Amino acid sequence: MQSITKALLSRPEISALVMLIVVVIGFTLYAPQFMTFANMRVMFFSLPELGIVVLGVGILMIAGEFDLSVGSVYALCPLVMVLAVGRWGFDPVIGIALGFLVAIFVGYLNGWITLKFSIPSFVTTLGMLFMARSAAVVLSGGFPPPFPADFPTDLFVDDLGLFRASLIWFVGFAVVLGVMLHFSNLGNWIYATGGQPQAAADMGVNTRRVKLFCFMLCSFLAGFAGMITTLRLRSALPSLGEGVELQAIAAAVIGGTALTGGIGSMVGFVVGTALIRVIDNGLVMSRVDANWFKFAIGALTILAVILNTWVRRRARSMH
Amino acid sequence: MPEILHEHAQPKTAFVQPSPDALVRCESLEKWYGSVQALTGVDFHAEPGEIVGLVGDNGAGKSTLIKILSGADQPTSGRIFFAGKEVHLSSPKVSMRLGIETIYQYTAMVPQMSIARNIFIGREPIKGPRIGGVGLMDRKTMVDHATRSLTNIDLTQRSPNTTIDELSGGQRQAVAIARAMYFKSKLLILDEPTNHLSVKETNKVLDYVASLKEQGIGSIFISHNLHHIYPIADRIVAMARGAKIADIRKTDTSIDDMTDMIV
Repeated sequence: MQSITKALLSRPEISALVMLIVVVIGFTLYAPQFMTFANMRVMFFSLPELGIVVLGVGILMIAGEFDLSVGSVYALCPLVMVLAVGRWGFDPVIGIALGFLVAIFVGYLNGWITLKFSIPSFVTTLGMLFMARSAAVVLSGGFPPPFPADFPTDLFVDDLGLFRASLIWFVGFAVVLGVMLHFSNLGNWIYATGGQPQAAADMGVNTRRVKLFCFMLCSFLAGFAGMITTLRLRSALPSLGEGVELQAIAAAVIGGTALTGGIGSMVGFVVGTALIRVIDNGLVMSRVDANWFKFAIGALTILAVILNTWVRRRARSMH
Repeated sequence: MPEILHEHAQPKTAFVQPSPDALVRCESLEKWYGSVQALTGVDFHAEPGEIVGLVGDNGAGKSTLIKILSGADQPTSGRIFFAGKEVHLSSPKVSMRLGIETIYQYTAMVPQMSIARNIFIGREPIKGPRIGGVGLMDRKTMVDHATRSLTNIDLTQRSPNTTIDELSGGQRQAVAIARAMYFKSKLLILDEPTNHLSVKETNKVLDYVASLKEQGIGSIFISHNLHHIYPIADRIVAMARGAKIADIRKTDTSIDDMTDMIV
């Protein structure tokens, strides 16, 4: 019995999961409109767009690195796609591929600069945050480019009633990357690289390649999420995704991911994202001034880390 | 290259020479870090199943020699032979594939990960297909083998799912030794494995090394504490200022002579 309790408490996402249940019950009791079909729809529409970013940011954090440039890639990647198709006349498939290529290239640059010069990724990606945003604004010329009619919008954001196609993409990414993270040898390398890089390297893991992969994956997912928002809005805004990087890091941290690397889980990423989205929505449904949203997320982030630290210590002292 | 003279060193001609079937043999290894010479043309060897004690002060070149053998660093010049064949130890993976396992002072364990996962870092058993070297881990095999490895080192009261940060320093070293044993190492390099350990834990680690010898696994045991090395070593190699200053069988010396020689 005690070993089950211990196993449960050792899970990084446990406190976030408890908080999510409490928050959902709280809003259901307090705001009668919260648990309705129409409102679930609203939540399921917005969940994937942050969630897909969190998957990449979280995996990169487990590998021991940060990406603050995801918000800017969130705008730059779909902007390239829309420009390529709408203004430069490329085929939509090529345009989309071009956008992803740009996103992956930004991730590659983040990783290459960080590893080559051994500087903190916090600095590299902070710089990239400004550079990629600036590139997006310059490319767009300050105005959203014309949105091409022949974009495969349905494939990514088709309205399926309770949710959009984007939720299926999110679930798909979460499952595939969850298997990768928790059941594949690559996942083992990611945890080892973030937890104790020297040990990973001494055991023959190519930690640079592992990190580079995570940087590129993170940037790709940020671009993918930006594409979904763009297709939903049917407009590529150069200002899209401002502040998403901090929300994504907050979601990962709330879900139990350690800033120091080596700790985190796929369930944690999903639960952390869900908590942010539920609180955002629940506050509105409770008729609280929506400007309290950021206050709530901030408080939640701090509370989650305090809880995680405490729970982890408790679990360790059990035998 | 001028000969570096050491007041208390053995004459070079008195050094123990490698046998024709030495497990590992290094010839005139040199290593430069920028303008600093860490190794000044060192010959070194280890016989199969032999425990070699490697002693010397900080900066003597012990760590550099060990890094070269474990594949973490490459010599500027010199040759390395393993089981008679010349080898290029270009990465830790290459060394490990040959059967050279290294136990580091800091244990090379990831504290947040389980014992089972730690044992297999970088060498995870895979079930099903591999795509670009990536595949699904055979987690049952990992746990089963980890359980057996824990039995080998008398850590039966621990589950293989325990995270490393719950273990004491000595237990971590024991798991590191179990890992090396699991991968059927032929040569174990122990880099100051008894630092930060209690007397009791130190004795336990020394016992493991002695028991490995019975299984025919040779060891290179690095320490700056001669008293840890002396009881179990067959031969003692002393280094100073990047050179080998003594290479002597334990039967031909005493701990007092040894102490005089290297201090």
